[in-house]
Amino acid sequence: MADPETLRPETLLSVRGLRIGATAYPPGEAPRDIEIVKGIDFDLSKGRVLGLIGESGAGKSTIGLAALAYGRGGVRITGGEVRLEGTDILALGKKGVRALRGARVCYVSQSAAASFNPAQRLGDQVIEATLHHGLATRKEALARAAHLFRLLSLPDPDSFGDRFPHQVSGGQLQRAMTAMALCPEPDLIVFDEPTTALDVTTQIEVLAAIKAAIEETHTAALYITHDLAVVAQVADDIMVLRHGETVEYGPTRQIIEAPTQDYTRNLVNVRSIRHAEAPDQSGQFLRLSGINAFYGSFQVLHDVSLHVPRGQTLAIVGESGSGKSTLARVACGLLPPASGEISFDGAPLPRTLKKRTREQLRRMQMIYQMADTAMNPRQTVGQIIGRAVTFYSGKRGAARRARVIELLDQIELGEAYLDRYPAELSGGQKQRVAIARALAAEPELILCDEPTSALDPLVADGILKLLLKLQAEKGLSYVFITHDIAIVRAIADSVAVMHRGRLVRFGPKSQVLAPPFDDYTALLLASVPEMELGWLEKVLARRRA
Amino acid sequence: MTAPRSDTPVPRTLARKLHEIRSDYPMGSRILGRLLLGLVLLWASSVLIFCGIEALPGDFATTYLGQAATPQAVANIRAELGLDQPMLTRYLAWAGGILHGDFGTSWASGQVIADQLWHRLGNSMLLAGCAAVIAVPLAVSLGLLAVLYRDRWPDKLINLVSLAAVSLPEFFVAYLLILWLVVQHPVAAFPATVYDSMSIWEKLHTIALPVATLVLVVIAHMMRMTRAAILSLLSSAYMETATLKGLGALRIIVRHALPNALAPIINVVALNLAYLIVGVVVVEVVFVYPGMGQYMVDAVTVRDLPVVQGCGLVFAGIYILLNMAADILSIFVNPRLRHPR
Amino acid sequence: MKQTLKTVPLSAWIGILGISLCVFAALFAPWISPYDPNQILGDPWAERSPEYLLGLDNLGRDLLSRLIWGTRMTLFVATVATVIAFSMGVILSLVAAVMRGVVDIGLSRLNDLLMSIPTLIFALIVLSALPQTLGVLIMVMAVLDATRVFRLGRALAMDLVAMEFVEAVRLRGEGTLWIVFKEVLPNAMTPLLAEFGLRLAFAVLFISTLSFLGLGIQPPTPDWGGMVKDNKDGIIFGVSAALVPGMAIAVLTVSINLVVDWLLKRTSSLKGGRGDG
Repeated sequence: MADPETLRPETLLSVRGLRIGATAYPPGEAPRDIEIVKGIDFDLSKGRVLGLIGESGAGKSTIGLAALAYGRGGVRITGGEVRLEGTDILALGKKGVRALRGARVCYVSQSAAASFNPAQRLGDQVIEATLHHGLATRKEALARAAHLFRLLSLPDPDSFGDRFPHQVSGGQLQRAMTAMALCPEPDLIVFDEPTTALDVTTQIEVLAAIKAAIEETHTAALYITHDLAVVAQVADDIMVLRHGETVEYGPTRQIIEAPTQDYTRNLVNVRSIRHAEAPDQSGQFLRLSGINAFYGSFQVLHDVSLHVPRGQTLAIVGESGSGKSTLARVACGLLPPASGEISFDGAPLPRTLKKRTREQLRRMQMIYQMADTAMNPRQTVGQIIGRAVTFYSGKRGAARRARVIELLDQIELGEAYLDRYPAELSGGQKQRVAIARALAAEPELILCDEPTSALDPLVADGILKLLLKLQAEKGLSYVFITHDIAIVRAIADSVAVMHRGRLVRFGPKSQVLAPPFDDYTALLLASVPEMELGWLEKVLARRRA
Repeated sequence: MTAPRSDTPVPRTLARKLHEIRSDYPMGSRILGRLLLGLVLLWASSVLIFCGIEALPGDFATTYLGQAATPQAVANIRAELGLDQPMLTRYLAWAGGILHGDFGTSWASGQVIADQLWHRLGNSMLLAGCAAVIAVPLAVSLGLLAVLYRDRWPDKLINLVSLAAVSLPEFFVAYLLILWLVVQHPVAAFPATVYDSMSIWEKLHTIALPVATLVLVVIAHMMRMTRAAILSLLSSAYMETATLKGLGALRIIVRHALPNALAPIINVVALNLAYLIVGVVVVEVVFVYPGMGQYMVDAVTVRDLPVVQGCGLVFAGIYILLNMAADILSIFVNPRLRHPR
Repeated sequence: MKQTLKTVPLSAWIGILGISLCVFAALFAPWISPYDPNQILGDPWAERSPEYLLGLDNLGRDLLSRLIWGTRMTLFVATVATVIAFSMGVILSLVAAVMRGVVDIGLSRLNDLLMSIPTLIFALIVLSALPQTLGVLIMVMAVLDATRVFRLGRALAMDLVAMEFVEAVRLRGEGTLWIVFKEVLPNAMTPLLAEFGLRLAFAVLFISTLSFLGLGIQPPTPDWGGMVKDNKDGIIFGVSAALVPGMAIAVLTVSINLVVDWLLKRTSSLKGGRGDG
């Protein structure tokens, strides 16, 4: 219990022993209470930024919303206190809480696209809270909004507010939401993963805009994210959370440069995997040449040609809409190209799935980004993998069971998982099962469509290590689709950079990721946050130059 | 190797052209498309109604005269009714007549159908219109009430009663009302026979019970659908944003929920108005109300096919029109189409 | 299974009870009905008495016996029509969703067309031209109901076919039959079951309405809608005989709806409960 006397005068937000619970409803079982946040303490001074970092389920968003005395979807604050300039906001009545939200504490969510009312102009929504709480006249609020739009480098700041949410891009919406939070001149803003849903090249712009706005307005902020490299650019202090408890709490420099806990060290050193590039990349195990592909009348791939040598990894990197996933769909036959040829192990491959033989299908397998939706929720792990075994090898009964167990061992899960349903597995375990299902075919090439991007960094690392181990053991070839340059560095032999349906750059990793760059690759590489203080300023300074 | 291309360049440019028109005039092109679809459906349903009767086994003349009729008598009546003509000729004559407002003559009474039809359609519209005027605002407010008191007793009560109400047949509700308000407490009129000579107030008093029945039948459905539509809206992220701005419940609902609820509510209303059209048939029979529903049921009983066809087409036309109106209105209130990029 | 039984709410149990009662009456009608349903026993609309528990009808037949036999008729017609409608609707919708292309477009357009005319109006049109026999009645109801099943089934199947796990299975090279029966159908089962309930309730209401209009099951065979028609003239004299079969219809349809409500809630909670563990 904090004694108000001992608080430093400039302390804005003081959290003591915060406990937050919820009721879980596991299917087919009686509901039970679970604790999401298990006693958290921190102080935030005026004008400072505290980064809350952790994996999914760490309770970081829940803590952020507690600063607005809000619990999302049945979440209850069960203990502790949240004091804003000495007043416990959890003890405020309904009216008091309403006077606080949107006036003294504001919130920026991850999905700005969903968080704006589609039927109202952006400007009206940005100034709504300011007017509602009587903080300014309409004229003043509009002027302030225009000023904020300019500060956040939004286009046409004076008329930007006349647009509707669907008329602007995702990155602009995220900045507009920041403007909405800044408009009432609050004491505190909670940023809840504001850049996570954005592409890397957009993320850096939004990040820079947020940082500039925070500095200019001297607002204090809670910055929530799962990406340590991002938070290192904006936060003064960092709190590392895991399973609702504090792992480590200290100044940003100390956390990044001298972490004291193993868990933090792992987070800082994530993706330390370095896979040495294969010297000989002349082979053409899978070759796509001159591929043009359409969705309806819209051309998604323009004359793309690339190849993968046997036993090596080709990383295809690009942002959303670059056509990288479409390329995988063309390769496996799901989307027949309008023109171009596909050859596999020296022989031409039919363009459509229907015309490919079972043997051709067996040799090339696919792993999806969302393991959740890639497995039938009504089948057990044993059935999911077992069917692939039977289908390709004809094994049944005990032989099939033995083979499934062998595969489960290979993906480091084991026999105990045989009768589990996908819903009973964690994200990483699901992805491992998906890998086992692909392995059941004894393939020679696996198309991996962002298999780690929905996973937490440490879990993703485990999956990457598993894929590399399997490649070394079985001589597998991978086509690895990703938006993450760090993963490319970690696992690729050769790299293809895609942009708007065109192949921008293709070659061995050492050449593609080294200068001289084309404009797009340079932008892409420069936009990936690095675990380094002052990185953002450096990049921005370089861009201005 | 020259693989045959699935799509040749010509249709692709055409498709692109259409796509461009669609993105340049998103609202106009969609409304036009929906109008065209409505016309096509109307035409197709006229074919279906005509063929549905004509192509089915069983011949009117034989049914009409009985199995014992002489072949000569059958041939005579067929010639008299024009049944000996080829089907296409008869369809064209029928459809052409309707375009000029001529629905033919009744086999049973020999009267011109159009006169009867328009007269009775007016009566039916009075009934359905009164029911709609009462039911729509009532159902929407009850739906909103249920949402405001979600999971508390008003919501649970409304839910339970409406679940029971959607399960009741119209005639059961009607006879309950008659037993209660005509027999036990004589305040309402039965049967609800209206005449042209009646004043509008007399008419309204006479049709009070059938209107009440229709309202009861349609309201539960409409209310449940309104509640579901608003609830799905409330779970959207922008409602949370509004809460986190510190806005009051009323302002959140009026400023943020209602503008977005318009499209789903319009849909609910139109669906239920279309449902009213069917409800009218049974209610008219119960209350001996001289509307189109009863006209049609009587015609079906005596197999007066031209009347059945005419009534069927008018019913289908209203139904198609209502669905089309709903779609066009929801295109109209969609902010994405109203304010294109 | 024990776990599932415990989570069944009271309202669903009431529904199950109501349905069981009707099914029992329908199955054992010859043994439990006190009199021959078509035998004239006394004065029209005789009052309730220990002898005739629900009184007599407009011709002096035992109302309770006719109600029990009517359960059999109504439930039989509704069930058979729904089963046929369901088989047709589900099979055609799965074919449309899996085959795509011309088959899908053709079937969907035809379905849109059939649905553009209100069900009752369509039934009236067809019944005006066809002989009013039991078989015709059932087939007309089945075809009209199948359109609604088709629409739901196609939407469900389209959603599922677009899911990645179905795509993964297609990539493996599995045949259409495996995809339909092993991957798509098990996932569509609960919503389809709920839809079956809804359609059954609708069929009960529909056949009763047709009989009430005199176009359904023909007298003297007892059925609920027909019984309302027979006894409706008594209402104005305060005789509530017409309300008894009306009540039976209400009990059955409310019961079915209670069970369906529970099934639908269960589906949505299954979907919602599948977040990150």
